[in-house]
Amino acid sequence: MRRFCPWLVGLLVVASASPLRAQDRLQDRINVVASFSILGDFVRNVGGERVGVTTLVGPNGDVHVYTPAPMDAKKVADAKLLVINGLGLEGWLPRLVQSAGSKATIVTATLGIAPIKIDAAPDPHAWQSVLNAKIYVANIRDALMAADPADAAVFRANAQSYLKELDGLDREVREAVAKIPDGRRKVISTHDAFGYLALAYGIEFIAPLGVSTESEASARDIAAIISQIKSLKIPAVFLENISDPRLIRRIAAETGTRIGGTLYSDSLTAENGDAPTYIDMVRHNIRTLSRALAN
Amino acid sequence: MMIYDALIAPFSEFEFMRRALAAVIALALGGAPIGVFLMLRRMSLVGDAMAHAILPGAAIGFLLSGLNLFAMTTGGLIAGFTVAILAGAVARATGLKEDASLATFYLVSLALGVTIVSIKGTNIDLLHVLFGNILAMDDPTLLVIAVNATITLVALAVIFRPLVIESVDPMFLRTVSRAGAPAHLAFLALVVINLVNGFQALGTLLAVGLMILPAGIARFWSRDITGMICIAVASAVVSGYAGLVLSFQSRVPSGPAIILVAAALYVGSVLFGSVGGLFRQLFPGRHLEA
Repeated sequence: MRRFCPWLVGLLVVASASPLRAQDRLQDRINVVASFSILGDFVRNVGGERVGVTTLVGPNGDVHVYTPAPMDAKKVADAKLLVINGLGLEGWLPRLVQSAGSKATIVTATLGIAPIKIDAAPDPHAWQSVLNAKIYVANIRDALMAADPADAAVFRANAQSYLKELDGLDREVREAVAKIPDGRRKVISTHDAFGYLALAYGIEFIAPLGVSTESEASARDIAAIISQIKSLKIPAVFLENISDPRLIRRIAAETGTRIGGTLYSDSLTAENGDAPTYIDMVRHNIRTLSRALAN
Repeated sequence: MMIYDALIAPFSEFEFMRRALAAVIALALGGAPIGVFLMLRRMSLVGDAMAHAILPGAAIGFLLSGLNLFAMTTGGLIAGFTVAILAGAVARATGLKEDASLATFYLVSLALGVTIVSIKGTNIDLLHVLFGNILAMDDPTLLVIAVNATITLVALAVIFRPLVIESVDPMFLRTVSRAGAPAHLAFLALVVINLVNGFQALGTLLAVGLMILPAGIARFWSRDITGMICIAVASAVVSGYAGLVLSFQSRVPSGPAIILVAAALYVGSVLFGSVGGLFRQLFPGRHLEA
């Protein structure tokens, strides 16, 4: 909440000075719909009180396989701006926009980011690098300023202070990574969402060999993971997708690795969770990684 | 060297394979004899029914202490015992046959389980949590399985005579002794123990398979109970070992691999078994003609 303070105080001053005007202004807030929770957080930070933000895929939801509900069509229809990630993340969205008959301007937050390719398809999880997050914020700022020129100054100021925080966050992450000894900056992870984090900060995310997360693992799968961990000398495993915790403990015991924790990739948590905002999420992830990889 | 690589290296190289093998052998020692008696008493499907009876116990364990494996296993054991003993008692005290009363009780139990879970309002797959994985044997699980197998063998030794006599001639036993009823109830308790044991290890309802299939195999190779039990245990051990190797060399999940090997042995036994196998019936040996 700390980052809200400066302009919140400012807003309160304005509000107390002219209560009537403030109420009018609350009513003509622009409706912005964000496709998932992380984008919603960005919009909220830039727009502040001047925008009303709704997210289609809320906290803890999976944006990849989301099935829109009728309520979502209504939200999209009422929106003035629709902020999406792009890069193929929201495959379900174009049809929703069409069927809702929405006249919203669509803002692609990843505009200007050079995507990593996974087998020719772009990897959409660009927000995992804080530097990319800054591009997201700039795109959202520009879109908000275009949609509501009257409040352009507010958006610019909000964005500036938020970007400054993101700079600090980026430094924080780099310092944390620098503290991890060189040879230990690698983990086994079933997540395929950390390509940008890996590229930006030099932590290697290695996919376990031949693990299908859906079916029951065979003895061969487990043996392959164990050999891989041993031969690459990997200090920690993040294998949340393997459903049986005992199996993960067995792998860890046999290889002498540490069991990591939960890394958040695609969505924020609810208000009382580990990662209610983007900044909290990045901090949580890097703290979890540091703890697992420290000597 | 090739044979060593294929058959022994997996176990010498990986501790989880050794643990899995130990677990499977313990399961075979306890479960296979139980399976033989189930078969002789025409109760082969009881195992499956009991598996469902265990759910409400696991659900109550879950309600009381969350996703705690120990609480859920204990709850499952208690529920299984209750259903087994109630069903057994009703069958003994009234004219209702054992299978009918067991079906009644396990369905009631299953309904209670589903109700309890839905009251809690979670869609967590309880059975999935209750079930373990043969590849993930930690020390406590391994100990529990070994202890249960030991209990089973000792208890079977104690009730062996009345159990055998009751299996082949219950009327006779009733005229000479009153050990029939307690022996029967003790046997049902052993069935429950071994089922829960099997769930811990094999991960799915396939646990029942490691009890019943070896018994079916043994039936085709021996006429007396001692021989059947020995062959059942041996074929269960072989299935366990070969299943693990199969799972290691191919991509088949371990639980199904073990049962599939047992099934292959069963098919072989049906065809070539020395006691009532199909080929034996079609081409009786020369020595029988003399």
